[in-house]
Amino acid sequence: MMLRIVVLCACSITACISASAATQEAGTLDDVLSGLALRKHGHAEFIEQKFIAALNRPIESSGELLFDAPDHLEQRTLKPRAETLVLDNGTLTVDRGRTHRVMEMQAFPQVEPLVESIRATLAGDRAALNHLFHIEFTGGMARWTLTLVPLESKVKQLVSQVKIDGVRDQLIKVEIRQTDGDRSLMTLRPSPTP
Amino acid sequence: MTASRAWALGLWLIGIAVAAFIVARARYITDLSAFLPAHPTPTQQLLVDQLRDGPASRLILIAIEGGQSAARAQISASLAQRLRQDGQFVSINNGETVAEQADREFLFKHRYLLSESVDAARFSASGLRDAISETIDNLASPAGLLFKSLLPRDPTGELLNIVDQLQRAPGPVTRDGVWVSADGSRALAVAQTAASGSDSDAQARAVDAIRAAFAAAAHARDEQNGAVRLKLSGPGVFAVQARVKIERAAVRLSIVSGILVVALLLIVYRSATALGLGLLPVATGAVVGIAAVALGFGAVHGITLGFGITLIGESVDYSIYFFIQSQRRADDATSLEWRERWWPTIRLGMLTSVCGFASLLPSGFPGLQQLGMYSISGLIAAALVTRFVLPALLPADFAIRDVAPLGRTLARGLEPLRRLGAKKVAGVAVGLALACVWVLVRAHASLWNHELSALSPISLEDQNYDAKLRADLGAADVRDIVIVSGSSLESVLRGAEAAAGPLQGLVEKKIIGSFDSPANYLPSISTQESRRGSLPGSAELRANLIQATQGLPVQSESLQPFLEDAEATRHAALITARDLEGTSLGTGFDALIMHQRERWNALLPLRSVTAGGNIDLAQVAAALREGSLPQARVLDLKQESDSLYASYLTEAIHFSLAGFLALTVLLLLALRSAFRVTRVLAPLVLAVLTVAALLIAAGVQLTILHLVGMLLIVAIGSNYALFFDRQGHASNPDGQPLTLASLVIANASTVIGFGLLSFSQVPVLVALGCTVAPGAFLALIFAAALSASDA
Repeated sequence: MMLRIVVLCACSITACISASAATQEAGTLDDVLSGLALRKHGHAEFIEQKFIAALNRPIESSGELLFDAPDHLEQRTLKPRAETLVLDNGTLTVDRGRTHRVMEMQAFPQVEPLVESIRATLAGDRAALNHLFHIEFTGGMARWTLTLVPLESKVKQLVSQVKIDGVRDQLIKVEIRQTDGDRSLMTLRPSPTP
Repeated sequence: MTASRAWALGLWLIGIAVAAFIVARARYITDLSAFLPAHPTPTQQLLVDQLRDGPASRLILIAIEGGQSAARAQISASLAQRLRQDGQFVSINNGETVAEQADREFLFKHRYLLSESVDAARFSASGLRDAISETIDNLASPAGLLFKSLLPRDPTGELLNIVDQLQRAPGPVTRDGVWVSADGSRALAVAQTAASGSDSDAQARAVDAIRAAFAAAAHARDEQNGAVRLKLSGPGVFAVQARVKIERAAVRLSIVSGILVVALLLIVYRSATALGLGLLPVATGAVVGIAAVALGFGAVHGITLGFGITLIGESVDYSIYFFIQSQRRADDATSLEWRERWWPTIRLGMLTSVCGFASLLPSGFPGLQQLGMYSISGLIAAALVTRFVLPALLPADFAIRDVAPLGRTLARGLEPLRRLGAKKVAGVAVGLALACVWVLVRAHASLWNHELSALSPISLEDQNYDAKLRADLGAADVRDIVIVSGSSLESVLRGAEAAAGPLQGLVEKKIIGSFDSPANYLPSISTQESRRGSLPGSAELRANLIQATQGLPVQSESLQPFLEDAEATRHAALITARDLEGTSLGTGFDALIMHQRERWNALLPLRSVTAGGNIDLAQVAAALREGSLPQARVLDLKQESDSLYASYLTEAIHFSLAGFLALTVLLLLALRSAFRVTRVLAPLVLAVLTVAALLIAAGVQLTILHLVGMLLIVAIGSNYALFFDRQGHASNPDGQPLTLASLVIANASTVIGFGLLSFSQVPVLVALGCTVAPGAFLALIFAAALSASDA
């Protein structure tokens, strides 16, 4: 039967990229984003830690991230359990064990900004970011931080902010802070393989 | 006017009044039960239930085409929102994730009764440890942050298990938040109606409601330019379309053929009085026929009304014979003469027709039984009116045009045949018959079409479109079903649970893609009891939990809410069907459970591995046999309905042959001469053979309606043959031109009426038309040729 049961599936996808470097040292938000926009492909390894109040130590997962501009983002978790998450042109596919799910990002307004924050940053898509977040930019080209605060109240109930740290055109850290104080921290390392 | 005439008129008027009263009070049904067996076998009963009320029968497939993808999605959402307010629909699914607060609360509250993972081992220390470790691993997944709030109350992850259980069936592709076809060119939705699929009135209302909601949704988006279109499909939609199509064709064709026949009769008679009187027998026959069916069956099928009048079209001929052969004047002497010379022939012709139609009466199918009853009573009434009422009503100055010149011309046309000689004509006839038999024997394997769809008034294009939508929707296609029958809800739910094992095995072997079961929504009481019983008492569970969480990153104290919920479930009532009300699970459950009188059926729809693919049902049946589940069986809706139709086709062929035998016996008794009987029957058999051979040669496969058409050829043609026979043995040959003229005029009206049917778009009407029109014509020609040659 066609149940309309929704598994809320929040996704913290991130990517890190190594490619042609943008050169301006001074750096504004626009400079950083246009630098990011120049990259068409990215590949990184990630380690993510989740700090959850109910658990007395952080839990860790790791794997790799792939990005193809402008809207293909793939997170392959290898540990502790294999799971592949693919965002392609607004459609999210989740494969975990024997389960295979396809969902439409737009149908999950609470989840969309979490994925969009990373995808839009990687794509250098300022319009998309502006649409969903209040943006605060600090630092310069050499080391920058984007603090994204959700505009949508439904999202705010869940997530208080997404903080993305980067060096030039590489993302190095993505931190998602939840409203209840729990948080996840993903650190990225450019992959040795292209 | 003599006393006997007054009696005849009085009785006729009373009869008409009584019949009209019955007709006015009769109940009319337009569902498809006319084509369903009156006394079904258990398997047929399942099929009948499915076709009438099954979940498949209540689905309306909705496609939105044209325009921009975003526009289609918005219209789909707005359409669904409007229809969800409408009580006619049980559910509207368009892929939108409607916030199902009620669903989530229900699932969470009853998680320990619903989850398949719950058994005694689950709550032992090691079982808890495994389950909690898995939950923690889940938290580490990208989606983990959203599930973490569940941890304190549901550390074993039962809610996610249930969600996975319910989502085994793959859904259609989603784009812009709504379901779309594989190529993205259509937005898709499925409406399930509250009314059964066989209730065509309710289905028509539901279709109208969807169209109105679409128009409003499109209007709200300023899509007046018509770029975005709505298309509907599904059994109910087809039933509505078919009814409209048949009604429209029947009405249009009746009007056109009525005008043509009236024009023909006016030209022949040159008398409005004669025309009016001439229609009395057929009108009386129609009213009496409907009344007889209403009395005999309690309710009249729409099909009886639609076809009955064509079946008794023969009765128009009676008045033609009467007016022309009584030499068109209303004087008592000629009337008397007609009565003595010609009435016995008409009576015999009528009785042979009755023999033919009587073969429909023992049919197992109400639609055919009713047509038989209608034709028999209608023809008898029409013949009686012709015999007793028409003479009484003829005005003193009644006169019609003299058709003797026409008759003489026709007689001259037969001269060449006469000169040819009996032997040669018989030789040609035998040769033709042999040629036809050769054609039929060569095609004997594919002579009859055994598929019900052959009768479907739905065009092939529409059927293909329906198949395409079903393939896209995947989930909604329920052609193959495993049915578990029993005497109570509990027994069928247990059966459904037992069948789940073998079916899951088939999923793993990729023989079926997935299956659904009502037990997913409401487990049997025994399963619920055993799950509830597997929850230990609070002290034991606490101890197990402390042991289980040692070394895990979670402290047993923070899982206190879990202990509370488990204890609450131990004392809570089990879930009943009533608890499902108001959730989408209730919809799913209701669709899969059918209850009729003492019988309960649980339906487990099977889906193929690939969209639109076929399932090897033999393997499914084998798996159920190995699982020794006698109360579960596979039902292939299409195959079953085809075999049902094939069985009633075979039955109808047998009964028709029996009817032909009865007719032969009747003629033998009446004519007392094997030679005369042979000569009466020969042109009829030859006409039927020729028409069948022509249809086969033209690539048409014969259906049950062709068979009914052949009965009609015999019924109508027997009148022709009998008149020629009577002519051959008449002492006074003066009447021959008049007989000939009346037969040709009667034949012309028949050919016009049925010939028009073959121009319709409705297969059943075409089948009748293209059998009877040439058949009646050939019967006349053959009868004339055979009689002329030996005169």
